[in-house]
Amino acid sequence: MSDGAAPALLVALGLSKSFGATKALADVQLALQPGEVHALLGENGAGKSTLLKILAGTQKADSGTMELAGLAYAPSTPQEAQALGVAFVSQEPALCPDLSVAENILLGALPGRFGFVDRKEQWRRAGAALARVLPEGAPLPDLAQRAGDLGQGDRQLLCLARALAQAQCRILILDEPTSTLNSSEAERLFSVVRELKKGGIAILYVSHFLEEVERIADRYTVLRDGKFVHTGELAGTTRSELVKRMAGRDVHELFPRSARTPGEVVLELSELSGKKLPISASLTLRRGEVLGIAGLLGSGRSELLRAIFGLDAVKRGTLRVKALVGPATPRRRLAQGVGLLSEDRKGEGLAEALSLGDNITLSKLESLGSFGLVSPARRDAIARGYLSRLGVRARGPEQLARDLSGGNQQKLCFARLLHHGTDVLLLDEPTRGVDVGSRADLYRIIDELAARGNAVLMVSSYLPELLGVCDRIAVMVRGRLGAARPASERSEHDLLLEATG
Amino acid sequence: MIEIRRLFRTPWLGPLLALCLLYVLFTALAPDTFARQSNLLTMLRQTAVVGIAAVGMTFTIVLGGIDLSVGSAVALTTVMVAESLRAGMGPVSAAAIGVLTGGVLGLCNGGLVAGLKISPFIVTLGTMSVVRGVAKGIADEQKIDADPRGLDALMRSHSGSLALPPGVWLMLAATLFGLGLLTYSKLGRQIVAVGSNAETARLCGISLPKTTLIVYGLSGLLVGLAGVLEFSTLTVGDPTDSVGLELEVIAAVVIGGGSLSGGQGSASGTLVGALLLTVIKAGCTHLGFPNWVQEIFTGFIIVVAMSIDRLRKRAR
Repeated sequence: MSDGAAPALLVALGLSKSFGATKALADVQLALQPGEVHALLGENGAGKSTLLKILAGTQKADSGTMELAGLAYAPSTPQEAQALGVAFVSQEPALCPDLSVAENILLGALPGRFGFVDRKEQWRRAGAALARVLPEGAPLPDLAQRAGDLGQGDRQLLCLARALAQAQCRILILDEPTSTLNSSEAERLFSVVRELKKGGIAILYVSHFLEEVERIADRYTVLRDGKFVHTGELAGTTRSELVKRMAGRDVHELFPRSARTPGEVVLELSELSGKKLPISASLTLRRGEVLGIAGLLGSGRSELLRAIFGLDAVKRGTLRVKALVGPATPRRRLAQGVGLLSEDRKGEGLAEALSLGDNITLSKLESLGSFGLVSPARRDAIARGYLSRLGVRARGPEQLARDLSGGNQQKLCFARLLHHGTDVLLLDEPTRGVDVGSRADLYRIIDELAARGNAVLMVSSYLPELLGVCDRIAVMVRGRLGAARPASERSEHDLLLEATG
Repeated sequence: MIEIRRLFRTPWLGPLLALCLLYVLFTALAPDTFARQSNLLTMLRQTAVVGIAAVGMTFTIVLGGIDLSVGSAVALTTVMVAESLRAGMGPVSAAAIGVLTGGVLGLCNGGLVAGLKISPFIVTLGTMSVVRGVAKGIADEQKIDADPRGLDALMRSHSGSLALPPGVWLMLAATLFGLGLLTYSKLGRQIVAVGSNAETARLCGISLPKTTLIVYGLSGLLVGLAGVLEFSTLTVGDPTDSVGLELEVIAAVVIGGGSLSGGQGSASGTLVGALLLTVIKAGCTHLGFPNWVQEIFTGFIIVVAMSIDRLRKRAR
């Protein structure tokens, strides 16, 4: 630390946290000074969320120590953290939509006597709390309004006001506060943050937008793969240095790459926009090609795949899949040979309570018999074939999908696409939550598919994987898809730079 | 202006209009019988049991819960009141025992929901059967005759007089209580908070088990009171009484703007819902429609009310 003048308000040393076999945090340190905005930087999966959860009391560290103003700090619940002055405002504002704005701010500490709410006092206190988080001279929002009717920006302010109102707030944690805001709402948030900083509060600011971080933060800490990388002053640090510290990993993984020959165009988008996201996306995808889409969480990548597949509405732009122009239902897409691998394996991708055999054959039951009947024997025979072909570790086709590990579940999702006979595959985060061994298997499957003339459109947040697997890569920034360029001309550094621009 | 706009957004405004329309319609179709003041009185009296139980159900539904054991609880209450009277107790103590019976059953439901973390639908589906069985066991599967010792006066209106029977006053009082509790009390706002977003409520220091227990207990007390009024109407303890009552009670809450996903609902809306159900029944009877027409009509109204509510929410 460069300045030893101000004693640190919060010091965390040697924090570690594991989930099963995965180490989310290993020996991480962090120091916050009063009256500073401290940026916490790192790629998706670097361990930022885990660190925040430990600070906010929703998770406990396996080892390590924390001190708050010189006293040991180890909150076991969020309430305890709040009572000690550590407030957390999550990315998605958490509020009760059916209560009024004022009630949401004071929830848990409603003023009043004999069980009745003192409404005057409630208005007064809520108004005062809101005034703290509004730029000077800004009009107060209607305190009696239903919180569910507020826009995203106002919701964020409401959560801020609540965080500040609940106890003497000393540390404020903001997790991706601008990801759901438009630019004027973001500007308003920045001026609020500056005001709070003047009041001596330490603000831990998590954001992917480096330009934003450079404007608002004083110091920064970088995490990578769950480890502490660097902490320092932002003044005098270039964006390129930051990116290098975030991305500079040295991972050698096996990305098999067979000879691929691009064939006919099977998917063509021109300025496609969905209901909210994406705003504008144009691309062409050929047979025998893997096209990757990089970008930050919430930039609209999943929404793009969903719009192509027909799960989300298409608002404008043209969309052509094979010979069919225009949007279509998922049923139609499947009939065309288009398959989607969902990023939400548990919620959408699999029917967890069904057997492996059921899951593999679900989209094409007509292959299991005629006259609307299904033959369990044929189902299990087909399933056995895919289980061994994809190397799924399972007892057999009758085992339940929920009993498999993440990697094996993902192979199961692939098996369904293969059984259905899809030749245009839309893959959304195909290796999320998958261990390294299974990842290599999945990369091999994708490579085989492409070599055999299938077209693959793949969204991933893991840059080495995009660079290793894809032929071309495009970057989605706030709903707009950039031009696709050959992967050989790309680097992690330049992808990250484009994504955070 | 803001006040007027807010009034138009009250979820039970639609049902209230429907209630008035139906009332006018039936009055026009059966002016001789339906419009009579004595019929108005009868309809209010017929609403009392459902209306009071529905105030309790409003708390439960706003919390995000449900209670399917209401009908069984009312039956058990009539049995307990009759047994108490037969054992020589006075009317006040017998009624108190009835109310407490409901309260204890409510606490059991709440305890199971909060303690075992089983969904309230399943818990009360179970207790519905258990309580019905207990009622039949205590009553030895028979109706229990007992001298009501004046308890029957709760629901009796005197011929010629238009004074409301005490049971109707109790229903209005329960509604006012529910309205006040949900709108003006800390507990009420916490109930809305839990039903609206339980995680946020917990984060803000509201104890979910405690709130659940209080709500089901309170709701049970009101069900007990409804059971006492049911005894007052029947003047016997009947373990086979009120089968399916819970569905009518839930319908009243939902028609009145309650949302089964929690966070929404009001006692005043619930009263409107309960009255609407009674008016449909009474109107059909006065027009000489058979029972099955009445049932179809009631179901129809529930679905229509829900679709309108959904459209209204989407428009927001």
